[in-house]
Amino acid sequence: MALIRRRKRTHDDVPQSYEDDDKHIKREKKFSCLDNCFWSIGLICAVWWLLLFLYNTMPISFPQYVTEKITGPLPDPPGLKCLKEGLEPKHPVVFVPGIVTGGLELWEGHQCAEGLFRKRLWGGTFGEVYKRPSCWLQHMSLNNETGLDPSGIRIRPVSGLVAADYFAPGYFVWAVLIANLARLGYEEKNMYMAAYDWRLSFQNTEVRDQTLSRIKSNIELMVEINGGEKAVIIPHSMGVLYFLHFMKWVEAPPPMGGGGGSDWCAKHIKAVLNIGGPLLGAPKALAGLFSAEAKDVAFARGIAAGVLESDVFHIQTLQHIMRMSRTWDSTMSMIPKGGDTIWGGLDWSPEAEDEPHTSHNHSNHPNYGRFISFGRDAAELHSSQIQRIDFRGAVKGNNLANSTCREVWTEYHDMGSGGIKATADYKAYTGNDLVDMLHFVAPKMMKRGNRHFSHGLAENLDDPKYAHYRHWSNALETKLPNAPDMEIYSMYGVGIPTERSYVYKLTRATQCYIPFQIDNAAEDPDVCLKDGVYTVDGDETVPALSAGFMCAKGWRGKTRFNPWGVKTYVREYAHNPPSNLLQGRGTQSAAHVDILGNFHLIEDIIRVAAGQQLGGDRVSTHIFKWSEKINIKLH
Amino acid sequence: MASVLRYRKLCITEPMLRSYESSETPKDEKQAIETLKVDKKQEKSQTIEKLKNKKKTWGCVNSCCWFIGCMCTTWWLLLFLYHCCPVSLVGFKGPEPPGVRLKNEGLSALHPVVLVPGMVTVGLELWEGRPCSRGLFRKRLWGGSFTGILNRPLCWLEHLSLDNETGLDPPGIRVRPVPGLVAADYFAPGYFVWAVLIENLATIGYEGKNMYMATYDWRLSFQNTEIRDQSLSRLKANIELMYVTNGNKKVVVVPHSMGVTYFLHFLKWVEAPPPMGGGGGPGWCAKHIKSIMNIGPAFLGIPKAVSAMFSAEAREVAFIRAMDPGFLDSEILGLKTMEHMMRVTRTWDSLISLLPKGGDPIWGDLDSAPEDGHECHFETKSYFQSNSRENNNSRNKDSTGPRIQLKHRTKYGRIISFGKTASEQHSSKLHKVAPMELMQVISNATCGEIWTEYGKINRKNIQKLADNKAYTAETFIHLLRYVAPKTMQRAEAHFSHGIATDLDDPKYAHYKYWSNPLETKLPDAPEMEIYTLYGVGIPTERSYVYKLSPSDKCNSIPFRIDSSAEGGCLRGGIYFVDGDESVPVISAGFMCAKGWRGKTRFNPSGSATYIREYRHKPPGFLEGRGLESGHHVDIMGNAALIEDVLRVAAGASGEDIGGDRIYSDILKMSDRVNIEL
Repeated sequence: MALIRRRKRTHDDVPQSYEDDDKHIKREKKFSCLDNCFWSIGLICAVWWLLLFLYNTMPISFPQYVTEKITGPLPDPPGLKCLKEGLEPKHPVVFVPGIVTGGLELWEGHQCAEGLFRKRLWGGTFGEVYKRPSCWLQHMSLNNETGLDPSGIRIRPVSGLVAADYFAPGYFVWAVLIANLARLGYEEKNMYMAAYDWRLSFQNTEVRDQTLSRIKSNIELMVEINGGEKAVIIPHSMGVLYFLHFMKWVEAPPPMGGGGGSDWCAKHIKAVLNIGGPLLGAPKALAGLFSAEAKDVAFARGIAAGVLESDVFHIQTLQHIMRMSRTWDSTMSMIPKGGDTIWGGLDWSPEAEDEPHTSHNHSNHPNYGRFISFGRDAAELHSSQIQRIDFRGAVKGNNLANSTCREVWTEYHDMGSGGIKATADYKAYTGNDLVDMLHFVAPKMMKRGNRHFSHGLAENLDDPKYAHYRHWSNALETKLPNAPDMEIYSMYGVGIPTERSYVYKLTRATQCYIPFQIDNAAEDPDVCLKDGVYTVDGDETVPALSAGFMCAKGWRGKTRFNPWGVKTYVREYAHNPPSNLLQGRGTQSAAHVDILGNFHLIEDIIRVAAGQQLGGDRVSTHIFKWSEKINIKLH
Repeated sequence: MASVLRYRKLCITEPMLRSYESSETPKDEKQAIETLKVDKKQEKSQTIEKLKNKKKTWGCVNSCCWFIGCMCTTWWLLLFLYHCCPVSLVGFKGPEPPGVRLKNEGLSALHPVVLVPGMVTVGLELWEGRPCSRGLFRKRLWGGSFTGILNRPLCWLEHLSLDNETGLDPPGIRVRPVPGLVAADYFAPGYFVWAVLIENLATIGYEGKNMYMATYDWRLSFQNTEIRDQSLSRLKANIELMYVTNGNKKVVVVPHSMGVTYFLHFLKWVEAPPPMGGGGGPGWCAKHIKSIMNIGPAFLGIPKAVSAMFSAEAREVAFIRAMDPGFLDSEILGLKTMEHMMRVTRTWDSLISLLPKGGDPIWGDLDSAPEDGHECHFETKSYFQSNSRENNNSRNKDSTGPRIQLKHRTKYGRIISFGKTASEQHSSKLHKVAPMELMQVISNATCGEIWTEYGKINRKNIQKLADNKAYTAETFIHLLRYVAPKTMQRAEAHFSHGIATDLDDPKYAHYKYWSNPLETKLPDAPEMEIYTLYGVGIPTERSYVYKLSPSDKCNSIPFRIDSSAEGGCLRGGIYFVDGDESVPVISAGFMCAKGWRGKTRFNPSGSATYIREYRHKPPGFLEGRGLESGHHVDIMGNAALIEDVLRVAAGASGEDIGGDRIYSDILKMSDRVNIEL
């Protein structure tokens, strides 16, 4: 109270200071600084509370009213629209979330993770990343050898719809779709989120958590309690591959499979609505594995070259990320599949325009087929002009790593300078070389991943080796189940430049760093080259070719991949970016995740779930033309 | 989390202050600056007076701002320090949790565990609602922070009510139970229910794949949870799944409170043929269930439900009313809290399932009850059990304490008596009206808008009801049928409160009997173990002294607990016995002590039963809710109970953990209950 009294006096004293009282001023100054601080903090707090109070008392319809004033009346959300049309819930719905979007929580941890029991380590606010980054990295990593839990750590997926409705507060993933389905009358008993630990390889989710068994049992239960109506499955992103794996698993005999019998899918599944599915892989995953980079990272590096590499803080962010993400088997499921046949060779690719080659040094279309090229020349020259030295069998040379690098172990440090040079000397890598190259630079990781995934293209699907689970998530090495009434939809966004191939360079400082990085100086708007990345049409993450090819050609009609003639449809959604900030992430976005809030897509899903027909394909890209160019044996 | 909460608190307590200041400050500031500018030009002598007036308001607002700023800064500083100091320093080292100890002993997860929560503790969330509930989609209406009540109380009440006729959703409203472990781990932030048990189970290796929370909408009758949500089918499917995925290990079921009768219903449902049952066939339970560890079980109902149904009161309410008679009944604010409560709770069928079952043979008649001879001791909050009346008397002579020796035995059997004298008189002196006579009284509506069914009953008839003076468990049901005919008609299609004379009567195949242990046989599963784990040593409501409410107004509840009645085991109008504050010992323990022990007609296959009692020890300061609590909900954090559950889940049998452990008079009480076995 004494302080308060003094404060009062300072104000009383102001006019006096005009007059003469010098002594007073000195005494005031002692308190005035601190007091002013308090005063301003108090004012800010008070104003803040007032605003908060006003915000809380504001009628709930107010934001919508403002938005409508500015942007004109909003369309009815699809759930309401369909409800007015008289649609009703018919088929139970199963969501299969993709990589990254599912929450993970801690069940057992080391000392440093005390107090985090059953708290989210992944998803939510990510508060722990800031508070204890190294502890977080340690817990999120898996065992380097087995690809399962490290000893003493148990991280498990969150279960239920909350697992992936919002990724972070305010950043929806499935929430909009769930809300619209609920509008129609769906609820917990006919909606199920098939959450799984997306870090594990697909078969390991069954081995460790029995996730596949759970999904099987839950689908069976939902079909039973909803009067025998078959389920509509909605996988997103990597969930598409996961569900492909599930469909093979469930019909395979135990112990490897679920023992559901050969008609399980026919009995329980009405339709599979793949949203943005990287059925043939995503080039982004390749860049992630090769140098822990993506378009965004290369862009950031271009702006502030030093930040990511700063030695000053001893923060080797990318190395840490690489070390962690390389223990996640699932990332390997998205390495581009099918090799040159699908993705194009040195001089051709399905997406490139058909133009006769000129005699110029630079061909005037991008060579998308070269996933990774070292230097811009290697990316642009005709294949006959590139000198390639095979890396296979090259001597890796001495171990580069000294003791200081051990901490940020990535397999690059086990590789000598010879190995790095050999990698770069091969100049251009196409689909066929990718897996070999990754085996060369990351032998341990690939050895682990090889047990669970395969990236080839089957010659003969009846070969008994394809009964092994490592082939189950590869659409080009499996047959669809015997379910002629089942429908498979490929729904994906188009109209956004999507990473397709990369121009790389060697890093200058090789000591503790990842020796390769995207050459962000390479730029050429004519051939869609920006920041060292060639882009094609897609949804920002998955190229249209990967998402659409199987439904456009590989599975269309009766093919050897689809021997029983499951019906397939391609539904594309053109990107229409939100026109202003008030629209948030937009209702017509086609971006990989934002598409889950796309009203057209939601309406389509609701119609299928309510038992209606959608009316065939809806295509705006050249997906059929591209598919034509892919020369693949279908019968 | 804690910080956010505290911050919220700040926000809530501060609004008066804040709105006042912030509306004033900017204006004042401006004025002051202007005046200061003017000052320079004008003569000083004139301005000083003006300024002095200004300064006074200035000073007040400013010092408020200053004060808030000071508080905030100190608060942040403390918060910062709190977050900075190492984790081990903050939480002072408590005793080692039982999970860690047992893990060091070498215990690990073996049998999958199913948790069945009780009434009230499960969260409910909104899936579809009226316009007033906008923005609450998939937000919790029940459980969590309960902000809904404060923001829009009427809307909240409307959404939590069920349909008066069907006992299902009202049109346009869908409120559903939260699924998963989060449904009942914490009831409100910081108030654990299952969280401690879950954490200890996790320590020995349990996780999502071998632990399942069987949530259900606790407002519905048990069979309706299947009809509306297929909750029973889900539970069945999940038990089967866990059984298979965990290497054909049978499950250990841990129901709590009302979850006990819910699971009893499930046991019958799962073996019954469709469409009424789950079609698991006989032997399902024997195949899938290792043991049932009933915590705080309300097997035979609880008297608390009587007062809740009759007058929407409980001990706490009566206590508040005694302290401040006007508070709950204030008409000025238009708050008819109790009436609203009653209107909502009477639509919940599940409440009826908790009414005392078994009638007079279990709960006692007008003159005798199994608990007779029970001695109460409130002051130390602990209970003494006298072995005999002689012993009781001699001890009373010695002590000069507040214990009062009763000339008459306390007549616990009279679940409701009107007036203290009526609760003590011998039955022959009581004025009696036959139940049939009651039913014939014609009622006519006296109020326009009818909230509770009391609105339909004439005042004269209410007087007649009170003249009957005393009701036992059996006659109380008749009384309820009269005062709440619709509620009872709806609910009695789902529940029965009797005691079967012939269990082979085909009528007992109906689902309304499945949750009553006195009207069903246990499944044919001789290896299945049934435990009853409950707290003792806390005074628990057993019977009530009522009076007529003075208020004659429409829609008011005409009866209330006579909180002035005191003496012996009677306190605040309520007679107490031993129990866990909600469930009396007789209800929790009788079935395992006698009804099911050995091979009886209720337990034809002879499943083993065990009684584990936990004596209440109030927590010390800083201990939170205690590790040795016997309280109905807090017992879920009782270290001894957790240890028992963990041991059984890890494969131990009832004999391994020490068989029965009894502190109360349950065996003696059971002996006094005279039913055919």
